[in-house]
Amino acid sequence: MWVVFQVRIHGRGGQGVVTAAELLSVAAFLEGRHAQAFPTFGSERTGAPVVAFCRISEAPIRSREPIVEPDALIVQDPTLLHQVDLFGGVGPSGVVVVNTARRLSDLGLNELAERFGRVVTVPASELAREHLGRPLPNAALLGGFAALTGVVALESVQTAVRRRFPGAVGERNAAAAAAAFALVDAGTREVARA
Amino acid sequence: MREQIEGSLAVARAVALCRPEVISAYPISPQTHIVEALSDLVRMRELAPCEYLLVESEFAAMSAAIGASAAGARAYTATASQGLLYMAEALYNASGLGLPIVMTVANRAIGAPINIWNDHSDAMSQRDCGWVQLYAESNQEAVDLHLQAFRLAEELSLPVMVCMDGFVLTHAFEPVDLPAQSEVDAFLPPFEPRQVLDPGEPVTIGAMVGPEAFTEVRYLAHAKQMQALDLIPDVAAAFARAFGRPSGGLLRRYRTEDADTIVVALGSVLGTIEEVVDELREQGVRAGALGIKSFRPYPLEEVRAALGHAERVVVVEKAFAVGIGGIVGQNVRLALSGAAPEVFDVVAGLGGRPVTKRSLHALLADVIGGRLNPHRLVFLDLDRQLVERELARLSGERRSGPHAENILRDVGVVGGRSY
Amino acid sequence: MPHRPVKFFQVGSFAAGNRLLDEAGRSVQADRGRSNTLTSGHRACQGCGEALGARYVLDAAMRATQGRLVAANATGCLEVFSTPYPESSWQLPWLHSLFGNAPAVATGMAAALKAQGRDDVRVIAQGGDGGTLDIGFACLSGMFERNDDVLYVCYDNEAYMNTGVQRSGATPPGARTATTKPVGDEPGNAFGQGKSAPLIAMAHEIPYVATATVAELHDLEAKVERAMELHGARYLHVLVPCPLGWGAEARDTIRIARLAKETGLFPVLEAEHGEVVAVSKIRRQAPVEEYLRLQRRFAHLLGDPPRTDVIERLQAIADRNIRRFGLLEEEGQP
Repeated sequence: MWVVFQVRIHGRGGQGVVTAAELLSVAAFLEGRHAQAFPTFGSERTGAPVVAFCRISEAPIRSREPIVEPDALIVQDPTLLHQVDLFGGVGPSGVVVVNTARRLSDLGLNELAERFGRVVTVPASELAREHLGRPLPNAALLGGFAALTGVVALESVQTAVRRRFPGAVGERNAAAAAAAFALVDAGTREVARA
Repeated sequence: MREQIEGSLAVARAVALCRPEVISAYPISPQTHIVEALSDLVRMRELAPCEYLLVESEFAAMSAAIGASAAGARAYTATASQGLLYMAEALYNASGLGLPIVMTVANRAIGAPINIWNDHSDAMSQRDCGWVQLYAESNQEAVDLHLQAFRLAEELSLPVMVCMDGFVLTHAFEPVDLPAQSEVDAFLPPFEPRQVLDPGEPVTIGAMVGPEAFTEVRYLAHAKQMQALDLIPDVAAAFARAFGRPSGGLLRRYRTEDADTIVVALGSVLGTIEEVVDELREQGVRAGALGIKSFRPYPLEEVRAALGHAERVVVVEKAFAVGIGGIVGQNVRLALSGAAPEVFDVVAGLGGRPVTKRSLHALLADVIGGRLNPHRLVFLDLDRQLVERELARLSGERRSGPHAENILRDVGVVGGRSY
Repeated sequence: MPHRPVKFFQVGSFAAGNRLLDEAGRSVQADRGRSNTLTSGHRACQGCGEALGARYVLDAAMRATQGRLVAANATGCLEVFSTPYPESSWQLPWLHSLFGNAPAVATGMAAALKAQGRDDVRVIAQGGDGGTLDIGFACLSGMFERNDDVLYVCYDNEAYMNTGVQRSGATPPGARTATTKPVGDEPGNAFGQGKSAPLIAMAHEIPYVATATVAELHDLEAKVERAMELHGARYLHVLVPCPLGWGAEARDTIRIARLAKETGLFPVLEAEHGEVVAVSKIRRQAPVEEYLRLQRRFAHLLGDPPRTDVIERLQAIADRNIRRFGLLEEEGQP
């Protein structure tokens, strides 16, 4: 069982990458763990590559260095896949969640599945469009992440989401998270967890 | 109550708990979330009575705080980097007049070249402006230090700046325990000014003082800071009693008692350093860390007491004195003059470059292995090739172009490996 | 004994005190019980227009507020001559912070008083033309645009006097200062530069803007009183001749101030929310030369031969002001 779990989230400005890391940290906090979330920082600019980090730990977290060896990677924008070095530091047991409705082979990422512990695709933008009316994929991706890793429970993600976005917006995001969770859960149920 | 929130929001709520009556705010990255949150609290009347001034510059922000404080109100503002410089004249004015203003500095590098990321060059540039300067290691400590700062400032009649690393702390989500209003009210009584503009008892504040008395007035400013060396631990102790956790004070020792090698630093990098210390200890290396919480006044005796027994002291600082060397390093050397330890000055994390455990381990291995010259300033993770290329350019042609642009082109930031 | 006609002279508004008026119509200065806010013993030059202006303004403001007044003062002549260590001439709560921040300091004071529920205490800020128009301009504009509850008074002696008479944004064209000497063809300070603080204040559409001189005491006091009836950002611009800096006789301070108005070079008016609501008409239009002649800072224009080209340009400025603000009595109107 892990003591520290490190997640790195990639996306573009405007996609809620930073919020995703924050929500994940709140979800872990709600489960009684220590969590730390922070972005790489840049000027506010929609469309620019953004990276955010989340560390989850049983013990108080002291280090503040960027996460160089993530246990999990969440890719919110597949257009980054061949443009920047997203996968730096992800080890052979690392897991990757990619936001896409296409298959890995279509994206030219077949060897990825072999390099890492587990790689799943989640049509998060589509789920978001369905549930929120906007292609804001972060909540859905967190739902998928929860299903894939079990590091946080779906309910914790949903509570974090609802607290952050009150009312209907929160509910819809929570629903998107649940939908993604179900998808990934169904896909991995037969696979032994690493 | 314990919550997982952004550092800026935590600080804003801590400040609000201290019941400031006037807040003046000019936005600058990375302090913006603090002043935005305070604006919300005032607008929603969660913080009342409080006047929130949308001033036109940092110079105006500090000036308004000066006017407000002189009129007897508890006054607060926040800034960083260029903003701190822009109010430099007013900083000296506030401390010279003995006004107990509290200010958050979200530490950020000073340009040129313009850089919005964290280092300590801003606060360090104002280390002698007469303000008390405290450094927070975590968002919890940032919260706690603001509470202590108001009390300290008002007891001393001296302004206090609370430094917290920009972005690294301000924009980090981590657990923070925010006290209840009643607890803060018990710890921080209403402001009772030593001097105040009151038509019932008119006073003249800010008169010119000539050669016949200026030295004495300035001596008093120094004496007040010396007083703070006693008061800071007192306030920290009172805080610990009231809120049940240690926070602030002059220094924080981490495994230094039997350490041969002690790393000295300020602010959030201490967290990373402590993990490195633990890892070294597991390898049998007797390492320790010393966090300096109060940089002004500087606790010379306490630093000497904490470090005097070590074989080597490695100062890791996020700023430096151009043309001479380290800043914190200089002060540490002063504290240790005549004492045994070898002191190494290391500059790290400038302009937001992450200070990584890997680099720290390599650094300490070099130090312990005797491969570093203690008389030379060390720049951690310096890309020598980049520097040498630029120097070659300089000697090659007169119109060599701006350094920053040349180096950025060399680094190939756009479309390159770095994400 | 042959009948000799006796002339009675109406002393009128030029006198500080006038026993022909009833109490209510007399000036604040005529009242022995006035606050004497800027008390005697300060170190101003003989004939200093600023000391006079400050005394007039503050005593009127103290009366208008029943003494519930606090002041922020910029660095400058007034601050320096009024607080020579270890003495102070001020008989009200007074704060000097920096050169460029008096408006912002006053903003802070007003906010503090409001937060503390001390609404009865009013705030006045004061500075010279340099501290108001140049180095303090950003803070002034900020105070205006926020409509902070401050009366800002600018004592305009048209240069940085305290530091030795250097040119400011208020220095009139053609004037000699230490940094605009009339060398060769240069007329002194250049034409086509400079700012009008009152017009800028009006552009901010603040509740009240007024100009005045130390030559017309009643007018100045009335404007202070009017300003203190209102709340929000208010601006009062007072022309205060400086004998030293203008190269004038100490005894001519009031005469020069009067001529500034009577030539049209210094329009005396009131505005509310950006619209002029009243002007003080010129009684007897004087040619600008009459004004220039009294000041050695313009002596280079009146030499042998005189710089008639420059004088004409100055006259044109005066004429434009008269036209623009309707400063002359119309035919048939009082």
